[in-house]
Amino acid sequence: MAFTTSKPQVESEAIVNWELTITALLTLAIYSFLYGDNPFYRFAEHLLVGLSIGYSLVLTVGSIIMPKVVTPLAHGDFAALVPLLLGGAMFLRLSTRLGRWSQIPMALLIGAGAGASIPAMLQARVLKQMASTISGVGSVDGAIILMGVLATLTYFVFTREQTGLWGKSATVGRYFMMIFFGATFAYTVMSRVALLIGRLEFLLGDWLHTL
Amino acid sequence: MPALRDRLTVSVAAATGAFMVVQYFVNAAWSDGVYRTLLDWMQIIFAASLVVGVISVLRNHLSRAISKPQERWYSLILIVSALAMSLLGFAFGAGRGSSFLWAFDHLQAPMQSTVFSLLAFYIASAAFRGFRARSGESAILLAAAFIVLVARVPLGESLSGHASSAADWIVNVPALAAKRAMLIGIGLGMVATALKVIAGVERTYMGRR
Repeated sequence: MAFTTSKPQVESEAIVNWELTITALLTLAIYSFLYGDNPFYRFAEHLLVGLSIGYSLVLTVGSIIMPKVVTPLAHGDFAALVPLLLGGAMFLRLSTRLGRWSQIPMALLIGAGAGASIPAMLQARVLKQMASTISGVGSVDGAIILMGVLATLTYFVFTREQTGLWGKSATVGRYFMMIFFGATFAYTVMSRVALLIGRLEFLLGDWLHTL
Repeated sequence: MPALRDRLTVSVAAATGAFMVVQYFVNAAWSDGVYRTLLDWMQIIFAASLVVGVISVLRNHLSRAISKPQERWYSLILIVSALAMSLLGFAFGAGRGSSFLWAFDHLQAPMQSTVFSLLAFYIASAAFRGFRARSGESAILLAAAFIVLVARVPLGESLSGHASSAADWIVNVPALAAKRAMLIGIGLGMVATALKVIAGVERTYMGRR
């Protein structure tokens, strides 16, 4: 029994090592950019862009064009011809003579997107934020948040000269923003270092087995 | 003809934009149906524009491969990898255990995370050169970043038992206040821009000012 299972296990390990070696070499090729621009990095860079293009193309066709255009047309729903024509008009952009006509489907995309974003933005970015700010005023932290929101907003009022009390409020707003930028910077550093640790763990642990 | 085309373009943007705003306040099945249809159309146009973008990139790299000998191999690698990945997905499927998913898991995803992790080195280098407490504002930024960074690693807790709660307070009170104000500002700015698009004042999407 042990004899029959050992051979496939060795083959599977060999396959895993071959896969890991390709991944590791590509990882090292990208890290070689730390030394300077070089052919290994450029190879990996172009390979990554090419793979990303192919990946997004397959996902887009599979998740949008097939279910929303091809399947309805195959079932005799010819209403799908309208967006197909609009989408087809986007291809006119590739022509120098007829390229301007592609601005019509683009206008639908931009116009409908703008219209849909107005209630959504007002709801999520303005009203909800204002409601959360005002509802927490009962506590000390809530009062500090209200003060910070008002002070930061005064900084963004560019139609009024920032002098006197208004200017002082804008300065306090800048301090609040600096705290936000500092905290955001710290989180960005941590996320990038976490990715770096992940890659080093892969190289030293999974690939070289030195950890 | 160009004037008619421009008028048609602005009308399409205005009509669809105005409908999307109005339908938010209309509680009727037909309005909901038109809204969903428009969203589907937007997705299809977006997908078509992505395909146009892919064709444009491949076309540019093909002409670069022909006209620039020193860039030839890199452009060919890009074209071949894009076509190979597409072929794997379209011909053999993108499900579990497929070659397409293998290429994503073993080539694309590790390279992407490596590219993002490269930024750790550049952030460290930029922070070392740029982080100087030259003014009150830069000192505040430096202090906030230092407290949040140190508190999130074991070193912070060993230095002070209050490090974690100080970092939480920074993130949940002053940083949140600034974030909320910026979100309100961004929201109002986006609404203003959207209104300009619907009114036909903002026309940069037509390819000119």
